[in-house]
Amino acid sequence: MQAHPKLKISHLQKSFANGRSPVQVLDDINLEVGDNEFVSLVGASGCGKSTLLSIIAGLQDHEQGEMLVDGSPINGPGRDRGVVFQSYTLLPWLTALQNVEFALRETGHEAKDITEVAHRHLELVKLSRFADSFPSQLSGGMKQRVAIARALSYRPKMLLMDEPFGALDALTRGQMQELLMQIWQEHRLTVIFVTHDVEEAVYLSDRIFVMGLNPGRIKECIEVSSARPRPTGIQHDRETLELQARVLKSIREETRRVEFD
Amino acid sequence: MTLQTDTAVPKQTTRRPRRKPLLSMAAEISGPAYLLIAICAFLLFIAGWFLATGLGVAKPIFLPSPLGVIAKLAKLAADGTLASDVGNSVYRIMVGFLIASVMALATAILIGAYRFWEAAIEPFLDFVRYMPVVAFVPLTILWSGTGDIQKFLIIWIGTYFQQALMFKDNIKRVPSDFIGFGRTLGMSDLRVLMRIVVPSAMPQIWDTLRISLGWAWTWVTLAELVAANSGLGYRITVAQRYLQTDMAIGYILVLGVLGLATDQIMRLLGRHFFKYERKS
Repeated sequence: MQAHPKLKISHLQKSFANGRSPVQVLDDINLEVGDNEFVSLVGASGCGKSTLLSIIAGLQDHEQGEMLVDGSPINGPGRDRGVVFQSYTLLPWLTALQNVEFALRETGHEAKDITEVAHRHLELVKLSRFADSFPSQLSGGMKQRVAIARALSYRPKMLLMDEPFGALDALTRGQMQELLMQIWQEHRLTVIFVTHDVEEAVYLSDRIFVMGLNPGRIKECIEVSSARPRPTGIQHDRETLELQARVLKSIREETRRVEFD
Repeated sequence: MTLQTDTAVPKQTTRRPRRKPLLSMAAEISGPAYLLIAICAFLLFIAGWFLATGLGVAKPIFLPSPLGVIAKLAKLAADGTLASDVGNSVYRIMVGFLIASVMALATAILIGAYRFWEAAIEPFLDFVRYMPVVAFVPLTILWSGTGDIQKFLIIWIGTYFQQALMFKDNIKRVPSDFIGFGRTLGMSDLRVLMRIVVPSAMPQIWDTLRISLGWAWTWVTLAELVAANSGLGYRITVAQRYLQTDMAIGYILVLGVLGLATDQIMRLLGRHFFKYERKS
């Protein structure tokens, strides 16, 4: 890998207390994510991919192992890692614009340019027209776009996304993926993206980490070599389809192994 | 509709959607229809009352006619008794309820956010909650006499313990990702609590306030019935003493109207405060 990874995780262990016998959910996780790299974590449900993301975000603790962002260890959540959750987390009493402003204010931006910066980020997700709408008036896709704008607005070093499009219909999901690609292309960010949608992972990522089950671990790392920018419809190219099949096979092997244990 | 009538009726320009029968489960009815049905229920009640007194089923000393009750209320309103009684009771409710609500909210935030305080406080609250408020009436009189303080105390005992637990529930229902979001911004726990969690729970907290305000009316009346020299409850005991059934019934009706009015005020205020929850 690169000499200076953006994120480096070594020998990470995580278990949940379950009565007297703790359940190992993540076992010896080692991974590196390069600067401006887009990586996905995929795996069957229960593989711990969301837990891993939550640990990287600092929202859950872990027993052992080390996590370094830009070479310095991280402890707990911080402004260097922005998170987009699967559930809608826009504050319902604030408009789209005010939601972005809220994040900027809480992360200590200068008061005088908060509104301008917030507007700029709503423009980035193409929601300028809805700046004064409350979340209850926005569709699911729009809410997630505001959430992305909000997470990007305070310039974290890394964007952590936990199945952000999981609750959206297929059509909207496709549009969101394109939009995200576009933003990533233009602004260069390090993204860690959790999904169970293989097509989505292959379309978006530079590399895909397939996670194994029982206990959760990194089973395989698959490189996606298709050139960028990736045109829409690339999902149906032969090369892409073959890669999707390979990722899917890798995930299936795991579920089969566990089921027939 | 049969074919015949269908052809007989001139074709309408706009076709109405077929409506479900009024009494099918979860069928929608229009706003005016709702109001009409509600008013009819009240009218039915009043008609029944007229009938019972008019036919002499009930003696006036047990059940005076609606007109008699209204006449009595009008007289009490004219000489200022009604206004002063309402004023006294409303004042007691306002003070008692406000103190209970503020304290309950503070308690709820504490036990909703910190497991330590939950363990320390909640089982005790649960314990007291099951003690009947009525049983505290003699004790509160012993402690604080029969003045306003005792009324505040009864309202407080009757609402604080319930409110604290319900508010806590409201606070606990805030999705944990909201808290996660605040933390990723680097906000302190206290800031997350005050700037994200409590505001998120506010619509539900408001509903709890609305429900518990209804109880406060019961408790103030109770306290005034037992020992007081003013207020709506007090006047009802006076009525009983002098066999003034019309006054007792009139005041009970006034209590009902006041309860309904405060509830509607709370509802309208809530709609105003939490406009952002509405879709359009």
